[in-house]
Amino acid sequence: MQVTLRIQRFNPETDSKPYYREYTVEVEPTDRVLDALNYIKWYQDGTLTFRRSCAHGVCGSDAMRINGRNRLACKVLIKDLGPKITIEPLLGFRIIRDLVVDMEPFFAQYRAVMPYLINDEPPPVRERLQSPEERALYDDTTKCILCACCTAACPIFWTTEWLGPAAIVNAHRFLFDSRDRAAEERLAILNQKFGVWRCRTIFNCTEACPRGIQVTNAIEQVKRRILFEQS
Amino acid sequence: MYHRFDAVIVGAGGAGLMAAAQLAGQCNVAVISKLYPVRSHTGAAQGGIAAALGNVEEDHWIWHMFDTVKGGDYLVDQDAAEVLAREAIDAIIELEHWGFPFNRTPDGRIDQRRFGGHTRNFGEGPVRRACYAADRTGHMILQTLYQTALKKQVTFFDEFMMLDLLLTDDGVCTGVVAMDIETGELHIFHAKAVLLATGGFGRVYKVTSNALAATGDGVAIAFRRGIPLEDMEFYQFHPTGIYKMGILLSEACRGEGGILRNGLGERFMERYAPTLLDLAPRDMVSRAIYQEIRAGRGVDGKDYVWLDLTHLPPEVIETKLPDITDFVRTYLGLDPVKDLIPIQPTAHYAMGGIPTDVDGRVTIDEKNTPIPGLYAAGECACVSVHGANRLGTNSLVDLVVFGRRAGRHMLTFVRENDFHPLPKEPDYRARAEVEWILENEGTERVATLRAELQEAMMTDAGVFRTGDGLKRLQQKLGELRTRYSQIRIDDKSRTFNMELVEAIELGFLLDCAEAIAASALAREESRGAHYREDFPARDDANWLKHTLIARTSGGLQLSYKPVVITRFEPKERVY
Ligand SMILES: Cc1cc2nc3c(=O)[nH]c(=O)nc-3n(C[C@H](O)[C@H](O)[C@H](O)COP(=O)(O)OP(=O)(O)OC[C@H]3O[C@@H](n4cnc5c(N)ncnc54)[C@H](O)[C@@H]3O)c2cc1C
Ligand code: SF4
Ligand code: SF4
Ligand code: FES
Repeated sequence: MQVTLRIQRFNPETDSKPYYREYTVEVEPTDRVLDALNYIKWYQDGTLTFRRSCAHGVCGSDAMRINGRNRLACKVLIKDLGPKITIEPLLGFRIIRDLVVDMEPFFAQYRAVMPYLINDEPPPVRERLQSPEERALYDDTTKCILCACCTAACPIFWTTEWLGPAAIVNAHRFLFDSRDRAAEERLAILNQKFGVWRCRTIFNCTEACPRGIQVTNAIEQVKRRILFEQS
Repeated sequence: MYHRFDAVIVGAGGAGLMAAAQLAGQCNVAVISKLYPVRSHTGAAQGGIAAALGNVEEDHWIWHMFDTVKGGDYLVDQDAAEVLAREAIDAIIELEHWGFPFNRTPDGRIDQRRFGGHTRNFGEGPVRRACYAADRTGHMILQTLYQTALKKQVTFFDEFMMLDLLLTDDGVCTGVVAMDIETGELHIFHAKAVLLATGGFGRVYKVTSNALAATGDGVAIAFRRGIPLEDMEFYQFHPTGIYKMGILLSEACRGEGGILRNGLGERFMERYAPTLLDLAPRDMVSRAIYQEIRAGRGVDGKDYVWLDLTHLPPEVIETKLPDITDFVRTYLGLDPVKDLIPIQPTAHYAMGGIPTDVDGRVTIDEKNTPIPGLYAAGECACVSVHGANRLGTNSLVDLVVFGRRAGRHMLTFVRENDFHPLPKEPDYRARAEVEWILENEGTERVATLRAELQEAMMTDAGVFRTGDGLKRLQQKLGELRTRYSQIRIDDKSRTFNMELVEAIELGFLLDCAEAIAASALAREESRGAHYREDFPARDDANWLKHTLIARTSGGLQLSYKPVVITRFEPKERVY
């Protein structure tokens, strides 16, 4: 089938502001949006620029706005979109070029929540024990691929300085891991004014997550944990 | 720009990050990676990581070693396989201590599942050896190692692409040259020790489970600098890729009880591997699938067969294989709980690569002479623990065991050695390459050449090979090489020029393909993943040896080195 992609373009070397260009391509209905983008890049216009790697939704490279929603281009099929597709970079980040945005502030938010296991007790010779039930408490938040679909969909993030949902998801992953011992420090960070309380429970993030993580739910669990520890 | 680090690690997948974790805080170390570390292809690994923990049934490292040697069709260096099997246990425990969220047994220990070719008591039957986190084991390894590297404050250069390796005339490694993709600027990294951990090159083939970034950069750069490549003819096709797309459906599907069926609905593996059935090693299963297809027993006479999970309890599919279920639903619109899944073998893993010893030191010849300061680990390297065919779950364990050993050896090396002076104009080759590609005014498109390359490799260097086919392939590669000198790219910009990146990567793919074709043509026997229809038997008398292929001024040169045999004498491989 034939589809038209309207793509936001910007090259800082030549353009003063972003503009749109249209491309028409012949694709299979079951092709991914990424296939269409690759087709354009490979055979029509080599200057079209975007990130990609795994091509099946596990590396988090190709988050972008597709018909207004944050999605991974490799996880959306053409047949689910119809013949006219608009593609734009994620909102809230500096555009480096075309669909490529500067992810550094996003990773800085991630680093701010100390996203690693902290436990200074000498480990046993073998594994630390953890029951399947304890393991299940943080299973959902281990799935995060740091694609930024959620954070870039959050209206609070567009206007205010705050950690954003992805960082909180990753804090949750350690807060609810029975092996971790740094809950107090992490909760203190999340309790600051740019922390969890900025969230207005709008659920954009949950809807955007390509990994199906219950993002808002994780944020709520973190909020409750802060309140619980304070009382 | 000039940088100076004791140690530079190129690649931020499992191998690179594991090495970085050994060096961080102990010396001045940088990791450069063309992708953000968490985008590395290690994150795509699904099924598991092998270690004889014996948590759910009796197991011993020596059984793991034996399976690795036999699975590799006896081309495995047994000293390395012993290191792998012994140190796997400790490496897994270390990952757990760093926070890896393994699936657990009811009593809270690391759970284990079955995987192809892993057996109890030297081949008696399948054993539960693969440690896992649902079907996202690689994702969790990558996350855990990246998190550990952040905790240890490793310095990262993200989206920096290595273009060249710096060696002095007397063969000492002094650093690398890399391009900052965002600005196009070249950076010189002066180092005492360099680790290449740049991953595989599945993108030489048309149907592959590998990421678009898996273009063999480190392997090709080493090859260009005169370092020989080992066992390049051994390339693994994984039996269960999604038909036409190549997206992997992990062997864990079969580990959990899934079955392969031909177009007639028969469980055809009964004919090929009566003991291990669907869990026979990958080379055998992939060949069996093609044999069924050739005999007209593919589905509707086409070139695919079924993976059947419909008899598994739905909760096993949903909870132990959630990502795979999601792939099948997203890309095929099918439900694995009730539908059969169309699959075909997909290019998956390079057994060969840059030769190293068990400490990750890159070796230059048949006598295993190391190059001072140069290391390699992970899929780009060949220690050789996988021999002619890798077992499932043995790559992830290779990354952590040999990434760790390489890191530790590098630490000793940088403590005992000084910086060597850089060659004059260290970046001239990289600069010339970039300028040439940007300015060349030819007529060929990179994508067209790449598609032809992938098609030719699939046809003539895939699961089945013949002498005639490989000669035809070599001719085609020669033609592609010439046409590559006539490329033209649209994008002349310096900012995030991905067309430039893809053009450079195509050059790397061509190098890898040439090494594969020449090594495969020379090896006149069938062993593991290398199957020659004109020489269908294994020939230990003449071919129980590793191939080394080097690029010299006089063309490609082949030599051979002996296989290290310690505990297990080569036997016929039946399962
Ligand atoms: C779909 C899939 C599933 C798999 N499942 C399993 C499994 O269950 N068990 C198992 O044991 N194995 C599995 N494997 C194999 C295993 O995942 C890989 O072999 C392994 O992850 C490779 O790791 P690596 O660290 O060597 O390289 P990678 O993880 O591929 O990392 C390569 C790194 O090098 C960088 N790089 C590359 N070129 C350059 C350059 N020019 N300049 C700078 N940086 C560069 C990249 O950015 C990246 O960071 C699977 C493989 C695939 C494809
Ligand atoms: S639920 Fe909170 S984090 Fe998610 S989009 Fe809404 S405000 Fe943002
Ligand atoms: S929570 Fe989901 S949407 Fe957000 S970064 Fe992680 S994977 Fe992406
Ligand atoms: S390319 Fe990896 S998530 Fe889309």
